[in-house]
Amino acid sequence: MSLLEIKNLYASVNGVEILKGIDLTINPGEVHSIMGPNGSGKSTLAGVLARRESYQITRGQITFNGKDLLELKPEEAACEGLFLAFQYPVEIPGISNAYFLRAALNAIRKYRGQDELDAMDFLPLLREKMRLLEMDDKFLNRPVNEGFSGGEKKRNEIVQMAVLEPRLAVLDETDSGLDIDALKVVANGVNSMRNKDRSFLVVTHYQRLLNYIVPDFVHVLVNGKIVKSGGKELALELEEKGYGWAEPEMAGARR
Amino acid sequence: MSSVDQIQDLTKQEYKWGFITAVEEDRLPPGLNEDIIRAIAVKKGEPEFMLEWRLKAYRHWAQLEAKQAEPKWANVHYPPIDYQALSYYSAPKQKKELKSLEEVDPEILDTYAKLGIPLHEQKLLAGVAVDAVFDSVSVATTFKAKLAEAGVIFCSFSEAVKNHPDLVKKYLGSVVPYTDNFFAALNSAVFSDGSFCYVPKGVRCPMELSTYFRINAQNTGQFERTLIIADEGAYVSYLEGCTAPVRDENQLHAAVVELIAHDNATIKYSTVQNWYPGDKEGKGGIYNFVTKRGKCLGKNSKISWTQVETGSAITWKYPSCILQGDNSVGEFYSVALTNNYQQADTGTKMIHIGKNTRSTIVSKGISAGHGQNTYRGGVKILKGAKGARNYTQCDSLLIGDKCGAHTFPYIEVRNATARMEHEASTSKIGEDQIFYLQQRGISKEEAVSMIINGFCKAVFRELPMEFAVEAQKLLGISLEGSVG
Repeated sequence: MSLLEIKNLYASVNGVEILKGIDLTINPGEVHSIMGPNGSGKSTLAGVLARRESYQITRGQITFNGKDLLELKPEEAACEGLFLAFQYPVEIPGISNAYFLRAALNAIRKYRGQDELDAMDFLPLLREKMRLLEMDDKFLNRPVNEGFSGGEKKRNEIVQMAVLEPRLAVLDETDSGLDIDALKVVANGVNSMRNKDRSFLVVTHYQRLLNYIVPDFVHVLVNGKIVKSGGKELALELEEKGYGWAEPEMAGARR
Repeated sequence: MSSVDQIQDLTKQEYKWGFITAVEEDRLPPGLNEDIIRAIAVKKGEPEFMLEWRLKAYRHWAQLEAKQAEPKWANVHYPPIDYQALSYYSAPKQKKELKSLEEVDPEILDTYAKLGIPLHEQKLLAGVAVDAVFDSVSVATTFKAKLAEAGVIFCSFSEAVKNHPDLVKKYLGSVVPYTDNFFAALNSAVFSDGSFCYVPKGVRCPMELSTYFRINAQNTGQFERTLIIADEGAYVSYLEGCTAPVRDENQLHAAVVELIAHDNATIKYSTVQNWYPGDKEGKGGIYNFVTKRGKCLGKNSKISWTQVETGSAITWKYPSCILQGDNSVGEFYSVALTNNYQQADTGTKMIHIGKNTRSTIVSKGISAGHGQNTYRGGVKILKGAKGARNYTQCDSLLIGDKCGAHTFPYIEVRNATARMEHEASTSKIGEDQIFYLQQRGISKEEAVSMIINGFCKAVFRELPMEFAVEAQKLLGISLEGSVG
């Protein structure tokens, strides 16, 4: 059975239609990449999957993990195993990274009927994941994302993903604002989590990230529609020829 | 349903402490004049010096009243108060003087049990002594014996007047004179009870002291007075809590608190104020017009105020420090929350007189609904205050788009060696923040409370542990239905 199935999805933000009929199926263990120019709807798609409430779904269906995703609240989607690595991670002053992440993990464990972890069990787990992402222990007690550099915020997103162990991780332009060393660290973290059950949807502008996180499938999103799908070589072709090449029939409709 | 609506829903929890206790009361007829003042003194069996002081205060107040000199500068709005319509004394009726807790009206004990304030000593949280003030009089003080062993006097104000008149005479009005302001004058004239604490030289008070104030009767004002003295090298930590029943009309609460710290003494004073705030339309609620001030009289003394203000229709309150002794330290940590139609004008004054005096001000204002929250702070460095330092941080958090946050910092420096720092910020609780936490599996309710608690952390960590937990819960409840 597929993990995620999007059928004929239309969505609007502030009354403007952004997604115009998306179809996408992701099976367990697959890594998909969505590429596309600015304003094509990539981040909207990521937000819709995470159940951002200000986005209106006007048509279509999404099934995730056997459930109707559009019936779930954001926290329920998260507890079902959907993780979004934010393009712009949010700062929460006064709440330490460790406290926040334990609260998150325990909320998910509770939802799944598992015992909650106390601080003694949790901290070694968090430390291990932070080492994987080459983050210093000092980030344990720093308030969530506050005063973090752009790169530290993005790494922190991947630390969270590693702790929460989602079934589907949606990475929304995780490569933006990263230098090449940080990009490798992040890609390493992601790759270490790839397995036969866990899937990824990697949203990006650039092919660069896909050198390090090699996808099974690449989809090109233009003007709210997937105009082309293929294997990893599609990303290279795009890099060479530009997005215009991918959607000749759409050229007239582009902004 | 939009996200804003949902969050607003979540803050619609009702005031849980609004019940009324059926006890017979002994009250004076409404109105205020010299006869009423005399009647209060008689009812309380007070010595002559108290009556004299009350009368002087009353005459001063009456002059102010005639000149309509009620303070008008605060950023709060309310219809004129008819001071002749209030009753100035209400006490649960009791036949004889109480000798022990067993003699307290069970209805009253039940009230405190409902409020979660255990008065029976054996049930008390380890290390907290409680004095409970019901309407105008103190009904019970716990742990008296253990405190007496350490030499600490902790009792109702009335008892202090009778049993320790010299201490009362010496310190009463020494920090907040009855001429200080309109409400202080009113309180000095009519105050009926409150708490008194004296910690002798070199004694570290062996437990937290706590007073719980409860307004029960209708159409009365509550005017309590607290006086705390820490003698040389003494230490005391004191906490007050307050609630009142739900009533449609506004009730006046005008208290005075005076703290005196001698050489090397420390007083830590914490407040969790949860008077009835009025309903969602702004009907009813307590007018909380309070004068609190501490004097760091001796060198190296320290006074620290921590307040969590979530209740009252209107709060007018500036717990302040007079830093007279050299090297003395004043601190003010405040969380003030206004929801629905609540108004708060609160802050502090730090008056630096001695050399190398230091003060810290951390104020966190949260406004939700139609709430209006004002920080008003004064820092004064006098000529002789060489090397004085002040750090002020005041942050405002807005929830929704109908509330307001206002900041009025006044700074007056007369000594060039002073070092002043001031930081201020205003932020809005973001849907982005809430969504971020939800995306990690945390429910909306928990997300809101986490964000608020993060905002208030610098203040909560100043509270004694169990009260910090209480304060966090209270904040969550007070915000029900307001976040957006």
